Amino acid sequence: MAERGFQVARLPGFAITAIVVLVALYLPIFTLVAYSFNASTSLAVWGGFSLDWYAKAWDNQQVKDATIRSLIIASFAAVISTTVATMAALGTTRRRAFKGQTFIYVMINQPLMVPEIVTAVALMIVFGLIKVWLTSIGMGGLTTGLGYLILAHSAFCIPFAYLPIRARLEGMDLTLETAAADLYATPWQTFRRVTLPLLAPGMIAGAMLAFVISLDDVVITEFVKSGGQDTLPTYMLGQMRRQLTPEINAVSTMLLGLTVVLLTAFFLLTRKKT
Amino acid sequence: MSPAEENAIRSSARTGWLLSTPALVILFIAAAGPLIIVVIYSFLTPGQHGNVVWDFSTDGWVGVLWSKDIFTGEWALADAHLAIFWRSLWLSFLTTAFTFLVGFPMAWFIATRPAKERALWLFLITIPFWTNLLIRTYAINEVLRKEGLMNTVLMGLGITDTPIEVLYTQTAIFIGMTYVYLPLMVLPLFAAIDRFDMKLLEAGYDLYASRMQVLRRVILPIVKPGIIAGSILVFVPSLGAYVTPRVLGGGKQMMIGNFIELQFLQGKNWPLGAALSMLLLMIVMVALLVYVRYANKGASHG
Repeated sequence: MAERGFQVARLPGFAITAIVVLVALYLPIFTLVAYSFNASTSLAVWGGFSLDWYAKAWDNQQVKDATIRSLIIASFAAVISTTVATMAALGTTRRRAFKGQTFIYVMINQPLMVPEIVTAVALMIVFGLIKVWLTSIGMGGLTTGLGYLILAHSAFCIPFAYLPIRARLEGMDLTLETAAADLYATPWQTFRRVTLPLLAPGMIAGAMLAFVISLDDVVITEFVKSGGQDTLPTYMLGQMRRQLTPEINAVSTMLLGLTVVLLTAFFLLTRKKT
Repeated sequence: MSPAEENAIRSSARTGWLLSTPALVILFIAAAGPLIIVVIYSFLTPGQHGNVVWDFSTDGWVGVLWSKDIFTGEWALADAHLAIFWRSLWLSFLTTAFTFLVGFPMAWFIATRPAKERALWLFLITIPFWTNLLIRTYAINEVLRKEGLMNTVLMGLGITDTPIEVLYTQTAIFIGMTYVYLPLMVLPLFAAIDRFDMKLLEAGYDLYASRMQVLRRVILPIVKPGIIAGSILVFVPSLGAYVTPRVLGGGKQMMIGNFIELQFLQGKNWPLGAALSMLLLMIVMVALLVYVRYANKGASHG
């Protein structure tokens, strides 16, 4: 470094801080992953490599049910939120600013601003009222089921789906659509054949973010779920109150792996072409 | 403007609203609308076994700071509540300050890397940001526990003979929140530094400024919007934290989020819980308004 002379942008101690912080950011996660392969039941002593905890987690019916439930909710939430977010993005971009547009922005970004615990208790109250009302009109059958969780998840996933779609739309070339219209394509044909294919990467990126966000949610799910409706994160939270075994590490590692795969795909999809 | 143009604008606005309606409906049912019911609930009377009785009462709001003696029925300042508010504010403040202290050098370092390296660093910061908060908190729990990594290393190095019991203390919550919210500080700081013109540094040094002076007089004022954005992004979720204090504070070290849960699930005082939720929401909104006002002011000047 010294032979390169005085570098204006270098500040002493900054590089070492950055590296230490990065290590500190990953070390706990690596430790957690490492102990999922521990043969011993303890979370402290290393007893050799083993996949026992994965086998145990795999055989655990509760884990299996929670995983399936998580995946169902995340899939529905991703599809619903991406669909409505795509429509909203089409409605709020590439047109002259209209009255109430700010209101729409505020509504869409609202889940990012309100603390999760507040939304969680609000939904618990409202869904409770809806369930009482449904029972009173003889439709008690509708008080269970994953619909409530899917609705709640769809709502807080909307801003996450909206942002990449809107970014994609704003960067799109309008001339292609004008060209299609000039060639006598109907508005629907133009949308179906020109806009939608161009928009697809943004929509896939939005759907993946929404999926990850739904998969990770703890607080809102914890308050909205009815008995026996644990998702993977709420199951894990419940287990953390009891004795801990590396089984939780195995479950965490699997969830972590899924997240990393989805995020890597997201980055590849949204990467700017250079 | 011709009537045809006016019509076109009006129909464009109508299409905009129509396309946004499905999203707005879902958000109203399952995000914004329920907040109104919470306001109503904060002015009702608690029921025997949780829930509410539909009688107007301001006891929920009074109960935020005062508690009623069950024998004499007299209101007295609730020290336990004040302790929880103080802990929430203090820990959120500490977390914000500390994430800035370590986040700034990191953001600066990343922003001054060559473009290719920079993308990798950003990716490395973003991965933990999107990783499940519960998993990250649990990972910290494993590091801090009595027989965990921290104590193994400390005892191995002979720094201490007996394991330090950090878990289930305020320190544990502080470490955990710093860990989980750090990327929220680094990313906006990076964005601000990335736009910073390094020629200004040269100018500073040419005019015989010391490194410290350049940092304080040139760099910090220019990246201030990034500092404010990062601070809000860390402070707001810290204040409303629920998972981290629950997993690392072990029920004894409650923060506002856990206190709210307690009112709904064990305390059976829903109006108090509703009032606390609205209080938390109001503090967050004030913080966001301050940020918006500041951001707009900054934009008009630069």
